[in-house]
Amino acid sequence: MIEVNRDGEVWIFAEQEAGRLSDVPLELMSKGRSLADKLGVSLAAVLAGGRVRDLSEKLVRHGADKVYVVEHERLEPYQTNSYTRVLCDLIAERKPQIVLYGATPLGRDLAPRVASAMKAGLTADCTDLQIGDHTPPGSDQVHKNLMLQIRPAFGGNIIATIVNYDRWPQMATVREGVMPLTEPDPSRRGEIIECRADLNGLALPLEILQSQRRQKKVNLKAARIIVAGGAGVGSRENFRLIWELANCLGAAVGGSRAAVDLGYVDHDHQVGQTGTTVRPALYIACGVSGAVQHRAGMSESAKILAINTDPTAAIFSVAHYGVVGDLKEVIPRMIKAVRSGAGAKA
Amino acid sequence: MGYDCIVCAKQVPDTKRITGEAMKEDGTVNRAALPAIFNPEDRNALEAALGVRDAHGGTVTLISMGPPSAAEVLREGLFRGVDRAILLTDRRAAVSDTHATSYILSCAIRRLPHDIVFCGRQAIDGDTAQVGPQLAEKLGITQITYLEEPAVLEGRTIRARRNVGSGFELVQADLPVLVTVMESANTPRPPAARRMMKYKKARTAGEVARELGQETGEAAAAAEVERRCQVLAEKGLLIETWDLGTIEADLAWCGRLGSPTKVHRVQWVKLAGGEYREFPATDEGVRELVTELIEEHTFG
Repeated sequence: MIEVNRDGEVWIFAEQEAGRLSDVPLELMSKGRSLADKLGVSLAAVLAGGRVRDLSEKLVRHGADKVYVVEHERLEPYQTNSYTRVLCDLIAERKPQIVLYGATPLGRDLAPRVASAMKAGLTADCTDLQIGDHTPPGSDQVHKNLMLQIRPAFGGNIIATIVNYDRWPQMATVREGVMPLTEPDPSRRGEIIECRADLNGLALPLEILQSQRRQKKVNLKAARIIVAGGAGVGSRENFRLIWELANCLGAAVGGSRAAVDLGYVDHDHQVGQTGTTVRPALYIACGVSGAVQHRAGMSESAKILAINTDPTAAIFSVAHYGVVGDLKEVIPRMIKAVRSGAGAKA
Repeated sequence: MGYDCIVCAKQVPDTKRITGEAMKEDGTVNRAALPAIFNPEDRNALEAALGVRDAHGGTVTLISMGPPSAAEVLREGLFRGVDRAILLTDRRAAVSDTHATSYILSCAIRRLPHDIVFCGRQAIDGDTAQVGPQLAEKLGITQITYLEEPAVLEGRTIRARRNVGSGFELVQADLPVLVTVMESANTPRPPAARRMMKYKKARTAGEVARELGQETGEAAAAAEVERRCQVLAEKGLLIETWDLGTIEADLAWCGRLGSPTKVHRVQWVKLAGGEYREFPATDEGVRELVTELIEEHTFG
């Protein structure tokens, strides 16, 4: 742990793989920017890897004042131990007050290891971060300007706000897709600081025998409209209706975990806690019961339309529009109405 | 040969079966009203360990840290085939965050032979996925997160396929390691009927004392509790109970004191759909809905 350091910077771990920046550090930049501004400190990105310097500009344009670049041949590909060493050394040296990571598979492998090694706190999967004061129960000491780490827990049934006032830095992982990605500002200028990594003599215990990555077939996060099907769709054949409605609306196709498990649709399409978090202009949930794990990934949608035969389904409790009925009848009616321009008042 | 496997399992409230009564008047969670279950991915961790023992021999020890009621999880482990079950319970460990929890577990595991420590990827109540990596760090061993297929062991090396979200990674490492296991890694075996018959009688010392108290209507005499525990132990039916003293944990790193993260506020989620309008499933109703979506420019 490091001492409480009110002048410490706000850091974002700039996750990259094979020289490609992930979305999530860029999503974190706007939130990091507002936290840093409120605290009156700099926002910095920590960019580690084999050859990654070229990614610095992008981080600056998205809001970083500084980029700490750590290049070393042993930082490509990612390994828990080498990245933990880099982060811990940098944190001990420069004493940031806040460090944020994406709650990606990589971030959730790295951040807990760093937190444990630093004996510092870590809150997983935050959906919002704010600056605020905290008074511990039974104490009258006010800890000012802490990072309030807001996250769902208990399967999404409660929202907990977590603080860490004594064992710094304050660290959190932030769920992908929950912070809006803002437009880059090409006029922004930042400071690029090259840092040396001391990795010689560090054992890298993993041998990576094979590594296979692929781009997701669908970009749900960018979709303006999503048509999603759940177990209530009933069969793979019926799921074709979901695709037809999506095609007709220029929408992306999503699925609940149940629909994915039943083989109706590929995992790339999964919306929810173990899938993608989305916030489209309209989310059309067809035959989706609305388990908390699913709602956690879509309840921030601007508008939600639920189509379900069961009027008591939980999905209706978050919906703005509802149709109680069989999707096998309702969807063809919708497609017909859309094609005809519906009321065609315009 | 054979491997000594440790499995960490948590008893969790079944968050999928939350009802109205799960919420107390004061806005806190009423854990008593929720069914408590063996955390789902910890079942996969247990299966992974039992699979290693099936293939190579060795031992499987199940540890559950939690309140005395976590004995239920340990019995379930005995039904499924663990060799040894340890309840790690202590009031002073209450409200531990992931940092304190992993410290306490590390103190316990250091006292046991361990070639492979298996944890579920995450628990369904907190969903943090932090205890596994933090435990590996504290034990100073290699972590292999997100196991998605049974691991292959050969001598002192393990080969494992990790699910990294956008694909997979096949990795190899020397033992000892800590592995976090995903649901997709295996199908947990059902409890064995023969073992159930035997181990449904397995008890912790705390349970023995409580049952004795219920029989006699007064506080159980320590000597009698000890005698009964002795009888159970001889039959292999005593679930061991360890506390922070047993594992020589430094209290400064346990419970609230040892937890860097503190709860500032908890809110029960009230689903707010805002205004809700229902349209009939008829041609007419659906057309009205679509017209509205077109007029507000949601449909372009």
